[in-house]
Amino acid sequence: MKALINLVEKVKPNFEKGGRLEKFHRTFEAFETFLYVKGDVTKSGAHIRDAMDMKRTMVHVIIALIPPLLFGIWNVGFQHYRATGEEVAFIDQVLFGLIHVLPIIIVSYASGLAVEFIFASARDHEVNEGFLVSGMLIPLVIPVTTPLWMVALATIFAVIIGKEVFGGTGMNILNPALLARAFLFFAYPSYLSGEVWIETTLQEGQQLVDGFSGATALAVQAAGEGNMPSDFDMFFGFIPGSIGETSTLAILLGAIVLIATGIGSLRIMASVFVGGIFMGLVFNLFAVNDFMALPAYKHLIMGGFAFGAVYMATDPVSASQTGAGKYIYGFLIGVITVLIRVVNPAYPEGMMLAILFMNVFAPLIDHYIVQANVKKRIKRMEKVRLQTQA
Amino acid sequence: MSENNSAPKETLFSPRNKKLLSEPIGTSNPITVQVLGICSVLAVTVQLRASLVLAIAVVAVMGSANVIISLLRHGIPPRIRIIVQLTVIASLVILVDQVLKAFVYDVSRQLSVFVGLIITNCIIMGRLEAFALQNKVWPSFLDGVGNAAGYGSILILLAAIREFFGSGTLMGYQMIPNFVYDIGYVDNGFMILPPMALITVGIIIWIHRHRDRSLVDVS
Repeated sequence: MKALINLVEKVKPNFEKGGRLEKFHRTFEAFETFLYVKGDVTKSGAHIRDAMDMKRTMVHVIIALIPPLLFGIWNVGFQHYRATGEEVAFIDQVLFGLIHVLPIIIVSYASGLAVEFIFASARDHEVNEGFLVSGMLIPLVIPVTTPLWMVALATIFAVIIGKEVFGGTGMNILNPALLARAFLFFAYPSYLSGEVWIETTLQEGQQLVDGFSGATALAVQAAGEGNMPSDFDMFFGFIPGSIGETSTLAILLGAIVLIATGIGSLRIMASVFVGGIFMGLVFNLFAVNDFMALPAYKHLIMGGFAFGAVYMATDPVSASQTGAGKYIYGFLIGVITVLIRVVNPAYPEGMMLAILFMNVFAPLIDHYIVQANVKKRIKRMEKVRLQTQA
Repeated sequence: MSENNSAPKETLFSPRNKKLLSEPIGTSNPITVQVLGICSVLAVTVQLRASLVLAIAVVAVMGSANVIISLLRHGIPPRIRIIVQLTVIASLVILVDQVLKAFVYDVSRQLSVFVGLIITNCIIMGRLEAFALQNKVWPSFLDGVGNAAGYGSILILLAAIREFFGSGTLMGYQMIPNFVYDIGYVDNGFMILPPMALITVGIIIWIHRHRDRSLVDVS
């Protein structure tokens, strides 16, 4: 620890004004504050002092992402060996998963951070920490079969168009990780339509088991054919899907971390689930086709519903800010997700589009909530005034 | 009308007239600076060939419409000037449409309703209102051609970008060699969709303003 501080102090003069590497002082600052909380504090004005600065907040979200990540890594291996029909040890499954998931994570971080650092230097502002979370979310919401160059392209697109053009971290109106996924979804639909989402590059001597399809539960449901996984498998996540989205259980573990640390909004998470159930039940009333008749609770454990509700919808920047607004925002995400899934056969998954759609509406919801509150208070004041006059 | 008859006779390509032609292509570009005529830009720029034809059509319509309105400028009663302008543009568009149908039928099919929609292109009406009604024939012609060229240049640039990245072709000819596809490259389907056209226009505007700081709106 001490040695690290000494090292930082030793190289610091190079980056200060007049130093050899002055141009990179933003980069240096980013790494310095990543290692240690800065010594200098704000001295004037009223401030809330809190150890949870942006970096610590982001680190907590990363911690909350660990359960789905670890499960996802194992599941990639598990699905692969299930497809080839081979019986292998647990450790082999994890290794296979690591080999395929780690490159995606590295590419996502490398390309995203490169853009962040370039913009920070060009605009001379601090390197923001927002990408620490986006860089982890992007690999978790895409299938493991996505080529690496696509991951890099989508990440660069999302960071520039989703965030930097609006002014950087905290200014974005859309969730950058979902924007990356939306980019991939529309640019390379054949890779993201949920048809084959298991890594099936075969080595010599391997072959796929008979009847293997590799389609996700939602794709199976939309097509109306194929093997539907059991509820048990879908809840625990032994199903094909995007890397981090399959296990509802692991996601709920992460949700506990987010709620306990006060980062994720329980209101949003709960109302997304309620909205999904509600719309599912409405469709059950009509039930003119198989998808409409699907039990409402199944929507919550299929596809990316739980992942979106816990990690994406609760993004504090792009979500609704007001208390009552959060209920409306979350509820509508749930409703629209199920609506897209059931009604639009072209989009098997509705979570991504529903959240992006509601991201756009979040400021409008907030506006009306605030205006309603202002009106209520004016009315109350009027009443008090009339009483005092009487 | 505000023209000054006592002004000394100008040469055909005096600095002022040159400016009429060059300004709309750069610093007062109808699309990237005035942000007009966006709908057709988003809709027809999937392929370079169609955009090229539309750009030429708009240059023809706008140049002639400006000339005609400028010739008629003393005879048009102000109260019905919009109707007169529309009639002139509509007649010209019908002519262009017939020519396209006769000589490049497939492109005409591809452009479909957007040839007819040249009538409602706000750039044309805007120039007639703002320029041709008050100026002599030759400057009006230059202004019309300049603005149409400014519109067309962005149209063609955008179409080239979208066709290259979206389908790997230019003017219908394959541009990205097969070995690139063999190593895993895939055409970007998002480029073909209108939202990406809007984003690309945004990026062009961004670059334009980055290079020309006087365009940055600081209000």
